[in-house]
Amino acid sequence: MAADLQPKASSSTSTYAGLGIPLILPAWAIIGFFLVLPVMMMLIYSFLTKEFRGGVIWEFSLAAYDQFFFDRGLFGDELPKIEWTYITIFWRSIWQAAAATLLCLVIGFPTAWFIATRTARNRSIWLFLVTIPYWVNLLIRTISMKFLIRDNGPMNELLMASGLISEPIHIINTNLAVQLGLFYSYLPFMVLPIYAAVERYNFALSEAAADLYASRTITLTQIILPTIKPGIIAGCILVFVPSLGAFLAPDLLGGAKNFMIGSLIEEQFKGAAGNWPFGAAASMILLSLVLLVLTLYARQQTREQG
Amino acid sequence: MKKLLKLGASALAITLAANAATAEGKLVIYNWFEYLPQELIDKFAAQENVEVTMDTFDSNEAMLASLKAGKMGTYDVAMPSDYMVDIMGDEGMLDTFDQEEMPNFSNIMDQWLNVSFDPGRNSSVPYQWGSTSFSVNRDAYKGDINTLAMIFNPPNEVKGKINVLDSQGEVLALGSMYLGIPQCSTDREELKALNNLMLEAKPHWASFGSDVAKDVLVSGDASVGMIWSGFGAKAREEGANIEYAFPKEGYVVWTDSIVLLKDAPNRANALKFMNFMLEPENAAALTNFAAYTAGVKGVEPFLSDTVANSPESNPPAEPIGELVMACPQEVQAVYDTIWTNLKK
Repeated sequence: MAADLQPKASSSTSTYAGLGIPLILPAWAIIGFFLVLPVMMMLIYSFLTKEFRGGVIWEFSLAAYDQFFFDRGLFGDELPKIEWTYITIFWRSIWQAAAATLLCLVIGFPTAWFIATRTARNRSIWLFLVTIPYWVNLLIRTISMKFLIRDNGPMNELLMASGLISEPIHIINTNLAVQLGLFYSYLPFMVLPIYAAVERYNFALSEAAADLYASRTITLTQIILPTIKPGIIAGCILVFVPSLGAFLAPDLLGGAKNFMIGSLIEEQFKGAAGNWPFGAAASMILLSLVLLVLTLYARQQTREQG
Repeated sequence: MKKLLKLGASALAITLAANAATAEGKLVIYNWFEYLPQELIDKFAAQENVEVTMDTFDSNEAMLASLKAGKMGTYDVAMPSDYMVDIMGDEGMLDTFDQEEMPNFSNIMDQWLNVSFDPGRNSSVPYQWGSTSFSVNRDAYKGDINTLAMIFNPPNEVKGKINVLDSQGEVLALGSMYLGIPQCSTDREELKALNNLMLEAKPHWASFGSDVAKDVLVSGDASVGMIWSGFGAKAREEGANIEYAFPKEGYVVWTDSIVLLKDAPNRANALKFMNFMLEPENAAALTNFAAYTAGVKGVEPFLSDTVANSPESNPPAEPIGELVMACPQEVQAVYDTIWTNLKK
């Protein structure tokens, strides 16, 4: 060990060459303990037999996955058909998350652009302003949103007092309310990565494009967007993934009328269903979907770079 | 420096002494949220020289899940509802006591003594009881409200303005009463009818929510809100022009108990606490806070007028409410499917 610590050459790579494994151990320990172990537990639980009212019996079973994919009727004794229930729930979560991501992108991109093009001093002020609401707990922010948009809340009263509308706009307990909530919750996750990308963007490129008679649209689509694409994609992933599992906004703003992936899984562990293997199976399927999307993205990235 | 050390040493000595004074014993409670006033905790702690800690839950099922996931042996007492006492008994999670261990046992009201979920009260004592029904905004609807049709086949005035408790057991129990079928029915036609009733009623409902049940009535988001009696009384006191219904088809009555948990780390203090809560003055203090009803004799002189006379806590002689039943496994599986169908 002591020999390893001796500098053998001036290059830093060889200085630390022998230390590679010991240095990486803490990271491995953290990944192993907080990532691999819980996921392995979920994987194992999803293949166990459900115990009535929560808990598992240590017998191998495919019942959880069967329940997810096959519909056997109200009493569980009909011939299996394809189960649409959980696919519907997953699809609802996916498009809600996608809509929220789009909303964040449409508002977040110009915001990030605006901030990145200010002077250095003003930039930090604007960035600070963007992050201020996030010093407040998510639950409090979601409930405040509810107070704002309810039928007799300040937003509707203001609009009605100004004579713009005569009847309150009904937003609470609709999908729009959920998207507003998700948008409000995750907007900075879109703004910050795009801001970082735009800040690094060399505006001389835009000038060069203009000198070469490129229109503004061409400059945007051919020069700017490809350069800052990694920032946009990072922002989209950072908004989409947490939105997918969100249950605060759907419960508080959407009225909890329909299960989202998050609330479906919660119900299996904390609700009357008490079906731990099914909750674990639904989590595993969700995890696989997310990993699939991320892998496809990573492969496409390497192909572009390679 | 010497002075400082001295100061530190005496501070340490004081802390140790204080610890010795409080270390006489501990009590760990697992209770519903907002369901035990701090003054009662302090009173018990001072009286018995016990250090009290409390964790909270927001549904019977969440409590069961947490206990099953390895929390047995952490808590001394918990406050589950009737059917959950039954389930916990079946699961072997409850310890038993002798009546001689509890001097105030005789204060329990007769109607809460020989209960179906704990015959003879060997593991539990009454905490609070109340009902689950719904409150209606009288500005929005003026007709007769004492029917479950207000929820399951509502009049036009309140359609789309209904909040339902996010609680499978209570919603399906009320639905069964509306259809006139027994709870936990095993009859296929009856279960199908229950499934259809839920699917037909859902388009008229605005939201599901338990912790928001009071808020949506006060704010006017909901004109009809399924709610627990005491929570409804609080909504009314906060200014909502609402009336609590006792539907002719029936309604849910529930009774929460303090149960003695198996492997309780401080069994003796747990029994002292259960005995303490059977003291009429303490049971009344709890009732004044929670706005439900105590199951203890002799609380009347200590009750506040608003709580004693609240219409929510004084049901008519007829009809009488029904406890929610814990269904057997095969029926519970169908109930789970109905609930998923309702929320898919």
